[in-house]
Amino acid sequence: MPDIDPFILARAQFAANISFHILFPAITMGLGWILLFFRVRFTTSGDPHWENAYQFWVKIFALSFAIGVVSGITMSFQFGTNWPGFMEKTGNISGPLLGYEVLTAFFLEATFLGVMLFGKNRVSNRVHLLACALVAVGTTLSAFWILSLNSWMQTPTGYVIRDGVFFVESWWAIIFNPSFPYRLAHMLIASMLTASFLVMGISAWRMKQKVDGPATLKIFKSVAVIAMVLAPLQVFVGDLHGLNTLEHQPAKVAAIEGVWETHSGVAFTVFGFPDEKTRTTKFALEIPYAASWILTHDINGEIRGLNEFEGEHPPVAIVFWSFRVMVAIGMLMILVAWWAGWQLFVRKQKPGPLLLHAASWMTFSGWVGVLAGWYVTEIGRQPWIVQGLLKSADVVADHSSGVMLSTFTAYMALYLFILISYIATLRYMATKPAASLIALGELQGMSVSHPTHQPALPAGK
Amino acid sequence: MEFWLPLFFAGAMGLALLVYVVLDGYDLGIGLLLPLASDQEKDLMIASIGPFWDANETWIVLGIGILLIAFPQAHGEILTAMYIPVTIMLMGLILRGIAFDFRAKAIARKKDMWNAIFAGGSLVTAAAQGWMLGTYITGLNHSGLSYLFSFLIALTLPALYVLLGAAWLLIKTEGELFDKALRWARTAILPMGLALLLVSIATPLISQTIADKWFTFPQGLRLLPIPLLSSVIYLGLLWLLKDQKHLRGGSEWMLFTGLILLCVLAALGLAYSILPDIIIGRMTIWESASSTDSLLFTFWGTAIVLPAIIVYTFFVYRIFRGKTTALTYE
Ligand code: HDD
Ligand code: HEM
Ligand code: HEM
Repeated sequence: MPDIDPFILARAQFAANISFHILFPAITMGLGWILLFFRVRFTTSGDPHWENAYQFWVKIFALSFAIGVVSGITMSFQFGTNWPGFMEKTGNISGPLLGYEVLTAFFLEATFLGVMLFGKNRVSNRVHLLACALVAVGTTLSAFWILSLNSWMQTPTGYVIRDGVFFVESWWAIIFNPSFPYRLAHMLIASMLTASFLVMGISAWRMKQKVDGPATLKIFKSVAVIAMVLAPLQVFVGDLHGLNTLEHQPAKVAAIEGVWETHSGVAFTVFGFPDEKTRTTKFALEIPYAASWILTHDINGEIRGLNEFEGEHPPVAIVFWSFRVMVAIGMLMILVAWWAGWQLFVRKQKPGPLLLHAASWMTFSGWVGVLAGWYVTEIGRQPWIVQGLLKSADVVADHSSGVMLSTFTAYMALYLFILISYIATLRYMATKPAASLIALGELQGMSVSHPTHQPALPAGK
Repeated sequence: MEFWLPLFFAGAMGLALLVYVVLDGYDLGIGLLLPLASDQEKDLMIASIGPFWDANETWIVLGIGILLIAFPQAHGEILTAMYIPVTIMLMGLILRGIAFDFRAKAIARKKDMWNAIFAGGSLVTAAAQGWMLGTYITGLNHSGLSYLFSFLIALTLPALYVLLGAAWLLIKTEGELFDKALRWARTAILPMGLALLLVSIATPLISQTIADKWFTFPQGLRLLPIPLLSSVIYLGLLWLLKDQKHLRGGSEWMLFTGLILLCVLAALGLAYSILPDIIIGRMTIWESASSTDSLLFTFWGTAIVLPAIIVYTFFVYRIFRGKTTALTYE
């Protein structure tokens, strides 16, 4: 076995597992609310297209949810298997937060998921709506608790330390720690955007393949509206989030901006290659004074550089780059959403081929944005596991690198397999002609595999 | 408070894990039985657990969650010591869980593959859980003898799950599948009984701490009702399966209920043998407990939310009561 530091492997494994996990909550948290919206529209309007929309997307929701659940269970064990010291030292704080997540969120969503998926013929429409709502609430509640814990690790408050162990001083201060409101808002919007672009992308793909039913355009329109509102809002919330980080984790912001030395009137580096050895950013493309202006709202404002955190700042290049990827995705989202809005609502046209292309390319853009964002947050916190108080290296489990390497490889192989299956299944489901087309085909005795594309189809029920 | 809270959480953890064994036990049992069924029966078997499996699985999250919340010290030590079996179990759970959903949605010719993954995942999970239980009972010991013991339990637990799965099918199905389930149950009950007996004999041999508790007078007498009652119930189940009149005559729930009682008794016996330790012979629940403030904070939440969970779980089981029909999203 090659001799790789088990600490690096523990980090890599945890990072791989949580990165895999978050892909699915990012979809289900947003999609749950979108599905509820479809059901409510059907109930209030009686228009069966909304019901078709629900029927199509609830299957993808179920699949994503299942992967979210099983990968989440892995996560809850990993705290113990990889970071036992973390629980031993902060268990008084992190334990109850995780506990409330299980009690208030996991059971709610998992139990009512059964009713939502399989109970439609067994309960009244009203109870079914309630079940859909409870699943959506459950996923959001679970984000509330886990993000509270994660934010506390970034900006710890409300604790006292005795003999190296954390004790609670104020639950209120712990749960509503300074970065929590920003992180919760930013993450919930991120998952609404992830779900919206997934729905938009697959709908666009179906229109392109001409397997769409009349519901597809309605779906496309509704998520386009959601994205038009939320994408710009995300930039705004992200900016506030960054200002909050500047206050509490200046080393992270210095890495995000690639500021090596403390100075005033700092330029914003759009592109460049940060190099920690020479402590410079190569090939930097800069906008003068912009960083100072964004962060301090004063073009001559002073920003603390990485020189002030020697030995205690995160790896610069990856944080720097992840941030730019996230922001680029945010900008692309605004562009595509508003382009769609302009076509649909100003020019009142059906989406053209170019827009459909763009939208289907954006199908998984939310995933990229979410992962990039979390890398900024989590790698930006290094070397700390609890900012300024506890280092990751001090809480790692002492497995041999051979063991770690084999489990790591096994997880990676498994995740790769699941991801490929997931995307292949989405593709397969997206290719299937809409239910209404099948109904029409049967009606006219046509073969289903060559659906004719007609704008005015009878309701598919 | 300092005395009662850890005890309360130890009880809650035991309860959560017991509920897990029974509920996800029948899911896993269905997975183990799947290869024996025809294609159409496979769909029906999986449909019978469709609305429940996710919530069932959540009980293990609660169990491990309580270990983590209330006994962080032990949580770290136990999970680190069981790193390999835990990882294997997680992979089994992942495979089982995803296969469940993929098989219904994937291209038809892939369905066999997903069925196989579903069954394989269930087997891996069940065996790994048995192994973990064995390791736990031996006090996280890593000697040859304790491996043998863990191996024994790794064989026993799947047998129990098979029975639970078959018993669940008796409740949920009719006709040919019902007959098959009855046959499966009859085949599984003897090996399961034998395995349980062996485990009971081996346990005091493997753990001095447990032997002391079982065989000292008069303390050990308190344990006596457990093996006695278990034997009575076991014989009752044998008779039920042989006679079949009750199971076929509208009381098909009796097998499942009897198995639940067996599980409860086993859990009580285990609790008696282990408590007040959380890691046998090394650490008591009080030594590893979180601070009283933290426990109290969680206590109030648990006291309010747990009953609510139980109520809505019953509500959902009521919605899906009766024999299973094909699973649709309609
Ligand atoms: C912001 C959202 C978010 C984040 C950061 C995490 N999760 Fe998660 N998790 C969810 C949002 C979520 C969810 C939306 O609630 C899921 C996804 C799909 C689902 O079924 O519930 C879920 C499922 C889920 C489950 C299964 C629940 C069940 O049985 O229903 C567990 C045990 C965890 N997660 C545990 C974790 C842990 C230990 C995390 C951190 C290290 C974590 N999750 C990060
Ligand atoms: C262009 C505008 C955006 C800005 C200015 C911005 C800003 C930020 C900042 C500063 C952080 C780090 C916070 C910290 O840990 O201290 C962050 C994290 C994050 N971002 Fe963004 N972001 C933007 C767009 C997006 C988009 C489009 C997505 C996803 C669709 C996204 C998803 C995330 C996620 C998931 C995190 C990690 C969780 C968190 O800390 O909230 N962001 N963002
Ligand atoms: C869901 C999105 C998340 C992603 C993508 C993510 C990603 C990462 C990554 C990449 C690392 C490794 C950092 C490094 O070692 O360089 C890490 C570490 C860690 N994260 Fe997260 N994380 C997420 C959420 C969370 C949450 C919600 C928690 C806790 C409540 C958490 C707790 C931890 C812990 C305990 C470590 C290990 C110790 C460390 O390296 O600092 N993470 N995460």
